Amino acid sequence: MTAAIAPTPSTRTPIARPPAPPTEGFLARVAKAYEHQFLLYRRTWRGSLFNSFLSPVLFLLAMGVGLGTYVNRGGGGATLGVPYLVFLAPGLLAATVMQTASFEATFPIMGGFVWQKRYHAMHATPIGPAEIALGQLAWIATRITLVGSIFVLVMVPFGAVQSPLIVLAVPVATLTGLAFATPIAAYAATQKVMTSFNYIFRFAITPLFLFSGAFFPVESLPWFLQPIAWLTPLYHGVALSRSIALGTIAAGPGIALVHLGVLLLYALGGLVLCLIAFQRRLAT
Amino acid sequence: MVAGPTASGEGSATPPLICARNLTKRFGAFTAVDAIDFEVAPGEAFGFLGPNGAGKTSTMRMIGCVSPVTDGELSVLGMDPAADGPRIRARIGVVPQQDTLDTELTVEDNLVIYGRYFGMKRSEAKRRAAELLDFVQLTDRAGSQVEPLSGGMKRRLSIARSLINRPDLMLLDEPTTGLDPQARHLVWDRLYRLKQRGTTLVLTTHYMDEAEQLCDRLVVMDKARIVAEGSPRQLIERYSTREVTEMRFAPGEQDRLDHQLDDLAERVERLPDRVLLYADDGEAAVVAARERGLQPETVLVRRSTLEDVFLRLTGRSLIE
Repeated sequence: MTAAIAPTPSTRTPIARPPAPPTEGFLARVAKAYEHQFLLYRRTWRGSLFNSFLSPVLFLLAMGVGLGTYVNRGGGGATLGVPYLVFLAPGLLAATVMQTASFEATFPIMGGFVWQKRYHAMHATPIGPAEIALGQLAWIATRITLVGSIFVLVMVPFGAVQSPLIVLAVPVATLTGLAFATPIAAYAATQKVMTSFNYIFRFAITPLFLFSGAFFPVESLPWFLQPIAWLTPLYHGVALSRSIALGTIAAGPGIALVHLGVLLLYALGGLVLCLIAFQRRLAT
Repeated sequence: MVAGPTASGEGSATPPLICARNLTKRFGAFTAVDAIDFEVAPGEAFGFLGPNGAGKTSTMRMIGCVSPVTDGELSVLGMDPAADGPRIRARIGVVPQQDTLDTELTVEDNLVIYGRYFGMKRSEAKRRAAELLDFVQLTDRAGSQVEPLSGGMKRRLSIARSLINRPDLMLLDEPTTGLDPQARHLVWDRLYRLKQRGTTLVLTTHYMDEAEQLCDRLVVMDKARIVAEGSPRQLIERYSTREVTEMRFAPGEQDRLDHQLDDLAERVERLPDRVLLYADDGEAAVVAARERGLQPETVLVRRSTLEDVFLRLTGRSLIE
């Protein structure tokens, strides 16, 4: 493969041609790339769904109930305005979805180019690089929406839900996940080996998971770390998800729009990068 | 040698299925394909022969509309790959050099999802998959995973997958590399059947016997250019003699031969371990050599093959 070398710009002249027979439309082709992922998921859906239940159960038990009891006893609940579990759950929702989204945007993407060469096989058919990228990202959106929905379901028996508006936190979590998945997928589409992914998880995803306001307010961080949190998408995802869950969004709709804007910026910027990366990798 | 029906693109009424003029592919400063011209007629089996790195795969990828043309003209099925890539790809079947089968899906699902890419209904794709599994003798493996299949089975599955859309044109990049003789013959047999049904085959290979078996016409590529073109028989006539005599001498003796063999054949080639005499009558060359008192340890008179042509045109040194 010569993916690393950019092809020289074309200087070719067009040739006269008869009208070509029609093929399926763009969206239908995106749907086919998506369908492939769905077919793959049929093999692993049981284990995957079980994990999606287990993870929030464990975290809400250990952090929300276990640690939360101490936090509330020490006056934390009063400081936060709500019991710790209620504070924690919506933020953890966004953070958990970020983790799944990031994973889905690393190994499976590179595997499509390097291990299985699934994308190369698709590209030999009417499906083009843009359709392949969009189909894959649409699948990631589906996966993380499932993870987010299950998370909210698990919140109910824990008593972590205050209002039915919590269902709106699911799309917010999905958008948060996409804000990570699209730029990471664009990066993964340029990789030939997987070593760099470990750095992404160790030095970006895990610190963000811990320090973006899911477990404690970002205001508790040293002052110089706070601007870093503001620049990353997870902070905004956590804040937006929590303001929906606690109903505080009505008090500050302006800041909610800022959160939404940052998330959209990351997700759409990443999407553009992703389309470019798939095109470069496949059509060389 | 199989002398297939020689369909020639030149002078016939049917327009060529593939037409390349000055076709060029560059990657930065590196020229992978350097201004080549060729035509492939409908129903023809056309081969690209050449050592590794000659530009065969780059040419195939341009024909397959997955690699933009840098310079020159290319039309495939009467269309322009730059403008009509998806439409062209809808009518071709590609067997890539390395299998791109999905090892996380079953044998049958690999075919069904591929049919879906071409816009087939699920039921139609399933029916077609069953037919094709039968065609490549993999029906009993339909439900199994891809990973445990042998190399030959995977190759057959790749061929079946490339046929799911009933292509007008098949692109096969080294279809039998790495297969054992039984598997190769089965693949050849299936490709020969497709050819008889009128499917146009374009293949790359560095196996001369494969080219002789399958190709009506072929081009030899070397260092990004086409260096010869013709049917296997034409190429042998043009670049070699009817027969080749291989003589092996006792160690050291070959160095003392001087030029004693040179006038016995049209061309004489000295290899480290033997001497090759290119002559239309190999036996006569042997008799003449013996009359001069030369006593080779072993003598083999054989017919010229494409391999002789290939080595003459592309040289004997390793390309790395």
